[in-house]
Amino acid sequence: MFPEIGQFSLILSLFFALSLASVPLIGYWRGNRLLLETARPLTFIMSALVLVSFITLSWSFLSDDFSVLYVAQNSNSQLPVWYKFSALWGGHEGSLLLWVLILSGWCSAVAFKIKTLPEDVGPVVLSVLGMVSLGFLSFLLFTSSPFARLLPDTPVDGGDLNPLLQDFGLIVHPPVLYMGYVGFSVAFGFAVAALITGNLNASWARWARPWTAASWAFLTLGITLGSWWAYYELGWGGWWFWDPVENASFMPWLAGTALLHSLAVTEKRGVFKSWTVLLAIFTFSLSLLGAFLVRSGVLTSVHSFAADPTRGIFILVLLLVLVGGSLLLYAIRAAEVRSSVSFGASGREAWLLLNNILLTVLTLTVLLGTLYPLIFDALNLGKISVGAPYFNSVFTPIALLLMVFMAVGPLSKWHQTKLSVFLKVCSIALIVAVLSAGGIVYRYDFGVIAWLSLAVAFWVVFLSCADWFGKVSAGTKGIIPRARQLPRNYYGMILAHLGMVVTLVGIVLVSVNSHESMLRLSPGDKATVAGYDFMFDRIEQVSGPNYLSSKGQFTVYKSGKVVAILHPEKRFFTTRQQVMTEAALDAGFTRDLYVSLGERLDDSAWGVRIYVKSFVRWIWLGGLLMMVGGLLAAFDKRYRKRAGA
Amino acid sequence: MHPVRKKRLFVISAIVLILGAAVTLVMYALQQNINLFYSPTQIVMGEAPRNATIRAGGMVVNGSVKRHSETLAVVFETTDFQHTITIEYRGILPDLFREGQGIVAQGQLNDDGVFIATEVLAKHDEKYMPPEVSEAVKNAQSAMGETKVNSQSTY
Repeated sequence: MFPEIGQFSLILSLFFALSLASVPLIGYWRGNRLLLETARPLTFIMSALVLVSFITLSWSFLSDDFSVLYVAQNSNSQLPVWYKFSALWGGHEGSLLLWVLILSGWCSAVAFKIKTLPEDVGPVVLSVLGMVSLGFLSFLLFTSSPFARLLPDTPVDGGDLNPLLQDFGLIVHPPVLYMGYVGFSVAFGFAVAALITGNLNASWARWARPWTAASWAFLTLGITLGSWWAYYELGWGGWWFWDPVENASFMPWLAGTALLHSLAVTEKRGVFKSWTVLLAIFTFSLSLLGAFLVRSGVLTSVHSFAADPTRGIFILVLLLVLVGGSLLLYAIRAAEVRSSVSFGASGREAWLLLNNILLTVLTLTVLLGTLYPLIFDALNLGKISVGAPYFNSVFTPIALLLMVFMAVGPLSKWHQTKLSVFLKVCSIALIVAVLSAGGIVYRYDFGVIAWLSLAVAFWVVFLSCADWFGKVSAGTKGIIPRARQLPRNYYGMILAHLGMVVTLVGIVLVSVNSHESMLRLSPGDKATVAGYDFMFDRIEQVSGPNYLSSKGQFTVYKSGKVVAILHPEKRFFTTRQQVMTEAALDAGFTRDLYVSLGERLDDSAWGVRIYVKSFVRWIWLGGLLMMVGGLLAAFDKRYRKRAGA
Repeated sequence: MHPVRKKRLFVISAIVLILGAAVTLVMYALQQNINLFYSPTQIVMGEAPRNATIRAGGMVVNGSVKRHSETLAVVFETTDFQHTITIEYRGILPDLFREGQGIVAQGQLNDDGVFIATEVLAKHDEKYMPPEVSEAVKNAQSAMGETKVNSQSTY
């Protein structure tokens, strides 16, 4: 009964999405207040219906209702209860339902805050979001309903969740990532509504900013969680693989970062208006492109769902309609919003313009590298893969250049900056950065790229501190009251920039200062890696709730003292007959010890990976800082004012 | 110069400069880092370059996996059911590496025609067959005029 309720309420929500996509717009064109005001209730009803269907599917999972095909494929009665719940988004259909749920959540949030918008703009924004919802709801209902039944041949037990997904990472990573992905649909909604209403002034940017900052924060956290999960779960200690699906989430992040910055210029100075609108459209398009790449099976990746051509075609059509439609609208309307305010070559606008150019170039290089195998194959030139070396050699120099400017931008003033003061601060920073980074690199023998990167890190830290200090020490009041007066927005920016630096330091040190070895060890053997002695004590057979495991024990010594006792496992999942590696790690602020079991080689010996990874936690710590920065910016007091105030 | 024009010139020259540098970088990196896939048949026919990084793959031949008794070195054969190549690898194989399973390896072909792999990939899903491999198998089979399709190649 429950799955039918779920299916039915999904169908109903489709009709409400259809009304939401049309009625308020008709109201806008006819100038009919009554029709405009339907936007809010329509949004709430649509969202409530999606929530109902999400709850019914959760119930099917939790109650082991294997008469539902999707549950039978992705769950099992032996599965621990929290994985039964998260198994809901372990496959294509359920994860799409999660996507739709989050989309309707964002719609409701906009509807809830609609009073902060002018009377005729808010409903149009909701209407555009209704169109997006309509697209995804029909995708869900017509190609991938999670409520299909297996009647009357109901299986006794389910096929189980992929063991790789039976992890804490699955519980948190997809929802947070989708919050980010889907959140950019709000910025898209604002952009398209601005084009429809022609209401493209600075206040447009002020409405869109907090929403963009919030979704950017979620996307940052989602990507960070994904990287952390891959690191400990895949069993070989990598934290980023330039895999097509990772790129699919990284491209909207890069474009979203550019959007965040150009929105700032548009709000404060009223310039770059049409570019900002275009960027909002592109950012959401890249989210959609990501969904297409993951769900159509055109690219091979560890993440992609089972390939189904009809789904690929459906989402491609959806992509073309939404992107094509909005770009057409842009082409018609953008000429009317061109700004004529000029800006100086040394003002903050110029630096932010540079930021946007560099971020766009970065997005394009990632896009090219991701799609190149597809293009190559389509032209019948052969099957290729574009590996990490491409991305590393293209991405690194441009990203470093971007970070050099990242420190300079905040220091400059709007419109024009006094060059003399500016140059003085920068030259001190340059000397400090180059020398201190040089000292570290010389001491530990790290090489030129590490020197450059660390110099950039010091440069950003120094200039950010100098900027903050300059701001709080000016004037007559004391430092603390002035520090409190600075807007949250500003602290958000500083925190996000410093987060970027922390991530950079992590990346640099983990790549130049890590020790990795693959060894053949038997219980009783000892291996020494980077000054740590790894003693392979024993290996034993244990059984978990739904798996059998060979559990090893390694005692790690440093200069004779025990540092950690690690238990790497090789698990055999009985339902799927699948083997999984569970790495064991001892996390630390400056280093991680990482042991994972390979395969059993003969009676006693095992292949073993032992890594000592330096500063690897900093990569994710930086991600967390960036997320907090994004949230601070999203909740700046200025955005709480009502329209007209 | 008119300030608006000056601004435009500044913007356009910045874009051109950065884009130019990026394009150069991209072209160079793409030239260095594209790895073409060759099927066992193509390698046996001598179509694959020697001593250049390429990808090769196929189904792992049953009973062909031989491990060294002292180190992590392993030798196995992969096939597209028409021709077979030998792959050497030193390191830990992925969890899903099994005999009879499709794999893709990255590495170089040495002068003896042995593929020295630096990386062996198997997808994290037991149903998976790398598309390169399934296509290679299909091509090899149609080249032989076979009508019998191996059940594992129908995914």
